[in-house]
Amino acid sequence: MNAPRPHVPPLVERLPDGRVQVRTGKVEIGQGIHHVLAQIVADGLSLPMSQIEVLPVDTDHSPDQGVTSGSRSVQDAGPGLREACTALQAPGALSRWVGRSVPRPHLAAVFAGQPVFIPDLVLPGMRHGRVLHPPLGAQRAGTPLAAPGVIHDGRLSGVLADSSAEADAALRRLDASLCWDTPALPPEEADDLQALPAQTRTVCDQAAAPGTPPVARRVRGRYTKPWIAHASIAPSCALAQWLPDGRLHVWTHSQGIFNLRHDLSKAFGLAETAVRVTHVPGAGCYGHNGADDVAFDAAWLARHAEGRPVRVQWTRADELSHAPFGPAMVVEIDAGLDADGRIVEWRHDTWSPGHSRRPGRAPTPALLGAWQIEAAAPELPSIDMPLSSGGGAERNAIPTYAIPAQHVRCHRMATRRRSSALRALGALANVFAAESLIDEVAHATGADPLVLRKSLLQKDLRALAVLDAVAERAGWHGRARAEGRGQGLGFARYKGNGAWCAVLADVTAGERLRVNRLTIAVDVGQAINPDGVVQQIEGGAIQATSWALVEAARPAHAGWDEYPILRSSDVPQVDVIVIPSDQPWLGAGEASLGPTAAAIANALFDALGVRVRDLPLTPERIIAAMGDASSP
Amino acid sequence: MTVQLLVNGELRAVDAPAGALLLDVLRDDLSLKGTRFGCGAGACGACHVLIDGRSVSSCDTPLWAAQGHEITTVEGLDARLRQAFFDEQAAQCGYCSSGMLVAAAALLQRTPRPSADQVRQALDDHLCRCGSHNRIVRAVLRAARP
Repeated sequence: MNAPRPHVPPLVERLPDGRVQVRTGKVEIGQGIHHVLAQIVADGLSLPMSQIEVLPVDTDHSPDQGVTSGSRSVQDAGPGLREACTALQAPGALSRWVGRSVPRPHLAAVFAGQPVFIPDLVLPGMRHGRVLHPPLGAQRAGTPLAAPGVIHDGRLSGVLADSSAEADAALRRLDASLCWDTPALPPEEADDLQALPAQTRTVCDQAAAPGTPPVARRVRGRYTKPWIAHASIAPSCALAQWLPDGRLHVWTHSQGIFNLRHDLSKAFGLAETAVRVTHVPGAGCYGHNGADDVAFDAAWLARHAEGRPVRVQWTRADELSHAPFGPAMVVEIDAGLDADGRIVEWRHDTWSPGHSRRPGRAPTPALLGAWQIEAAAPELPSIDMPLSSGGGAERNAIPTYAIPAQHVRCHRMATRRRSSALRALGALANVFAAESLIDEVAHATGADPLVLRKSLLQKDLRALAVLDAVAERAGWHGRARAEGRGQGLGFARYKGNGAWCAVLADVTAGERLRVNRLTIAVDVGQAINPDGVVQQIEGGAIQATSWALVEAARPAHAGWDEYPILRSSDVPQVDVIVIPSDQPWLGAGEASLGPTAAAIANALFDALGVRVRDLPLTPERIIAAMGDASSP
Repeated sequence: MTVQLLVNGELRAVDAPAGALLLDVLRDDLSLKGTRFGCGAGACGACHVLIDGRSVSSCDTPLWAAQGHEITTVEGLDARLRQAFFDEQAAQCGYCSSGMLVAAAALLQRTPRPSADQVRQALDDHLCRCGSHNRIVRAVLRAARP
């Protein structure tokens, strides 16, 4: 007998009362994706926005559309909704929603202080949990103390209490009672990476066409970026409940609820159908943070809660210590110039730990706690997704520019520190390096950096358009020159197949570097919600400014004092030009980060005549570079 | 111990120890979830409330220190400021918004027509990771317009 075919709910469903429900697997992580998808449906069905409801994302009724990452959500989920609408659409009056900056109605609830985030969720009979993950690589020293409400399992410990305040107090007592043998960690900063054993893969190996002029001189550079923390404003949080029939229900702000379900089923020896994962929005998410880990923690603690739901709240220190980090990277570029100063050869080598340890991609769970309990699953290495899926360390390592010979390699090493996907992945370091080196070539050959870029992009009209747009808006050609004041460009087409983005940074460099203004132009094809695109590009640029100026993560941080990020007074003005277009949709979330970091470094050079090749661009590094520049 | 707390213009009875943190009391005893937990150390600004008009972190303020004072949470702020944030779409995720709104309310109370620099300085104790700072500054300036 055939098993009954599982009911697959439609992506777009008209209810008898005329309202329309939309199902998507893409989750809201602060980027406004549900609002944009609602605009697509309202547009496709010629209905008011108020008639459209995007349902909460849940493994029980939502389509599995993978992880909400890589600036792919509009591309992945949008066309399917548009097709579903076409199938439902009766001929009628057209109401255009796509292309309009429709405000996000959900923000009214946010500004009213409504309970809209996962820490605000209260379930009947809920208990409160906290966990204590061991320091990186640490083993227990001695037997942990037993106490009511305290659970020890391998290297993982946790507490259960009846209120949040009691749970915090119990966690402090637990923390004080535990002793660890903490080994010295191997050095794994950017400057240590090239000494580690690495696997090398060739990303691109393109010889010059016959007749290409030979290399007459070379311009080389070595660039680094440090480990960077996600540093979301809310520490991760999850709720879990074991149901009487043995099923597990988890509430999470994970980017990939189906991937999480897969790993939870492996971790607890359940069929996938016995695990339900419901998405609830958390604070802004910029990649693989602690959301999945805390979901495991909640399910693990809930096993001791006699069927009651448990909410586990990570602390700020958990978030800045135990969540994955964006890894440090080194990029070396060697550009070969012909006798006329044209770039005819480009050698780009990237050294980096892998950029993905996400759940759902291996036979064993990629969840921190699952590696620490007594029946520990093996700790998984970081990988890089194939370039066809966006790649990891090699993202944007292949130049956007037309250069005859291109040789790109990627060297991946294992690290003790936990690396995974952080916004833009390898594109930050690769674009920072490539765009810095382009400027170094311009300086070495006496070319204008804008003119040089345009000469290498002659056939890419959309690239030329974003560069011209920022140059015109910011007055690149007629700019006044003054010592200590500089302008710099950064450009990339994200992933080589995504949005085109050019950034022009205006900086003042004195005792420290101040970014005054970022002028940005972006081509994302047709912008469904132009103001939403501006928000994503602007937000990415401000985050990249913080990365470029102040951020460098150690293995663990107790709080914000140890991991500062950019504050309002240091945030630059940001002016975003969205290029009008009717071309296919492209994601906007990550396009501006690499070009912004590069533009700032290039503007620093323009201001002071010194090249800092290591992020962040700290006062110490700038002063050291000035010393190098003035020494004979 | 039962104490009377003046929150958003209402006297509320709270059964909590004197050393309980105001943040926990607001969120868990009074179900005012708009005040957000961000760090527990008064370092990120997400949990700010007004106490007698001053913007302070509630995650390190004990109940006894708040007792007898006038507490205003984001839920009790005036609609005009909230509307200005909406008009500027001054958030991405919105987790920092409550603290930003409270800080803005305190600023506008003491400086009704602030400059952009004054707004930025007033918001410096409030971290935002999505990069909505400039929109928030514009929203506060919009709310300050006559």
